[in-house]
Amino acid sequence: MILEDLLNKPGEWFKGKGPDANIIISSRIRLARNLVDIPFPKRMKPPQVEKLFERIRQAQEKSNFLRGFEFLKGTEISPLDREFLLERHLVSQEYVNYSQDKALLLRRDEVCSIMVNEEDHLRIQVIKSGFDLQDTWEIANRVEEEFSKTLNFAFSLNLGFLTSCPTNVGTGMRASCMLHLPGLIMTKRINRVLELISKLSFTTRGFFGEGTQAIGNFFQVSNQLTLGLSETEILSNLSGIIKQLKNQELQAREYMLSRYRLSLEDKICRALGVLKNCRLISSSETLSHLSLLRLGIDLGIIKNLDTELLNYLFIMIQPAHLQKIYKKSLSHQERDSIRAELLREKLERVYIR
Amino acid sequence: MLCDVCGKNPATVHLTEIIEGKIIEVHLCEDCAKKKTEEFQKQFNIADFLSELVDIDSLDKITLSELSCPNCGLSYEEFKNKGRLGCAECYSAFKDKLTPLLRKIHGSLRHRGKVPKLEMRKELSREERIKELKQHLERAVRLEEYEEAARIRDEIKQLEAEKTKKNKRSNKRSNKK
Ligand SMILES: [Zn+2]
Ligand SMILES: [Zn+2]
Repeated sequence: MILEDLLNKPGEWFKGKGPDANIIISSRIRLARNLVDIPFPKRMKPPQVEKLFERIRQAQEKSNFLRGFEFLKGTEISPLDREFLLERHLVSQEYVNYSQDKALLLRRDEVCSIMVNEEDHLRIQVIKSGFDLQDTWEIANRVEEEFSKTLNFAFSLNLGFLTSCPTNVGTGMRASCMLHLPGLIMTKRINRVLELISKLSFTTRGFFGEGTQAIGNFFQVSNQLTLGLSETEILSNLSGIIKQLKNQELQAREYMLSRYRLSLEDKICRALGVLKNCRLISSSETLSHLSLLRLGIDLGIIKNLDTELLNYLFIMIQPAHLQKIYKKSLSHQERDSIRAELLREKLERVYIR
Repeated sequence: MLCDVCGKNPATVHLTEIIEGKIIEVHLCEDCAKKKTEEFQKQFNIADFLSELVDIDSLDKITLSELSCPNCGLSYEEFKNKGRLGCAECYSAFKDKLTPLLRKIHGSLRHRGKVPKLEMRKELSREERIKELKQHLERAVRLEEYEEAARIRDEIKQLEAEKTKKNKRSNKRSNKK
């Protein structure tokens, strides 16, 4: 089954490849679409859910491009697998909580996943590693166009694509980049930067999108406005902000190195020390140490650690991944010890310059 | 260091939160941290955000409760509470209420992005449909079926109106370039 294959390889977006991938982890586009003649998900009745699934499957059958996607009904995915997909950023928390009347279309390379009947009938998501919004948009657009050959989307000339929530109407597009910004955090410049971003009508969120927790110095920056701007304009505005953020982060790192080199190196080396030797460790502690290892790689202090493996570790140490890797359900305490074991094993040959 | 929330257990989890664009550091014990993560997942609620926005408009409560979508039956009250519309028709049914809301959220009321190909095809077929209707109209007039003729005339008018509206929009768009 497709979900078992996923476990053994890192997904597309944590490959650590692509332009500026050391700071800009991934680029993501989400398009919301609804069929014109079926009520939006919150107002749907069970027969309409079936009708929607059927239409989507028909559209898939008629398109060579879409046939490569696996169609999984929510009820066919176990609760653990749902969490697993959430940890890989392939579905949303909403999908995990209420999966009975939902489905998922998934491409094996994990570049594209499509949630059926989440907040909207279709939520097309494309994630690519590195800073590559243009390519990401082209794939998302292609997928949307394949569907629109057979499906009639709810659209008005004035308001664009009609969505269940008025905050998505227009392009129905949410574009975002995930950034690793330890320098801005350590130099305490992050506040000013985030304030500026929100003044420009962009939103900042944490690692898992929902909620606001900034785990492991990761930030997701996305557009807030979907109406009144074309897709290209939204993407170029976002690009501009991301480039700025990258430069700010690089400046902050340089400043740290010139003033506090020793204490920065100390932090990074201690992080490796903890991860290589701990016997019990929580996921939040792990994430903050892994973030320092990432910085250590960028600064040339940490050696023999592949970025792809490091990126995957951020995901592998999450509860559902641990349970799938060790093929058993684990209590809170057991997880902390298994997590420590996994880290010791994976980081065994990593050393300090 | 003790936990910021319970003040009893030692703080082992150190979080950085983004609240209204500001970073705030929080130190928690394992138990409180777990509770907090669960809260996070419920917290982000668009309905609250929307009802705040809508309240600003000082809407007439009485007419509101009567307003509902003829297609899916969703009432405007319900939309206000849940923040989700029921179907594509809701946008026309609640047009008067949604207009100020959309302006507040997006600062705009005009889509400038992608137009689906199907919509373009509709545009073409509109042209054909008008031609067809004009022939029907002539026939109806000839046969003195005035009621039918009036109906056809109205339909043509509407199609023409949609057409000019569309043209104006695309003209504006190309002027901008
Ligand atoms: Zn506590
Ligand atoms: Zn409706």
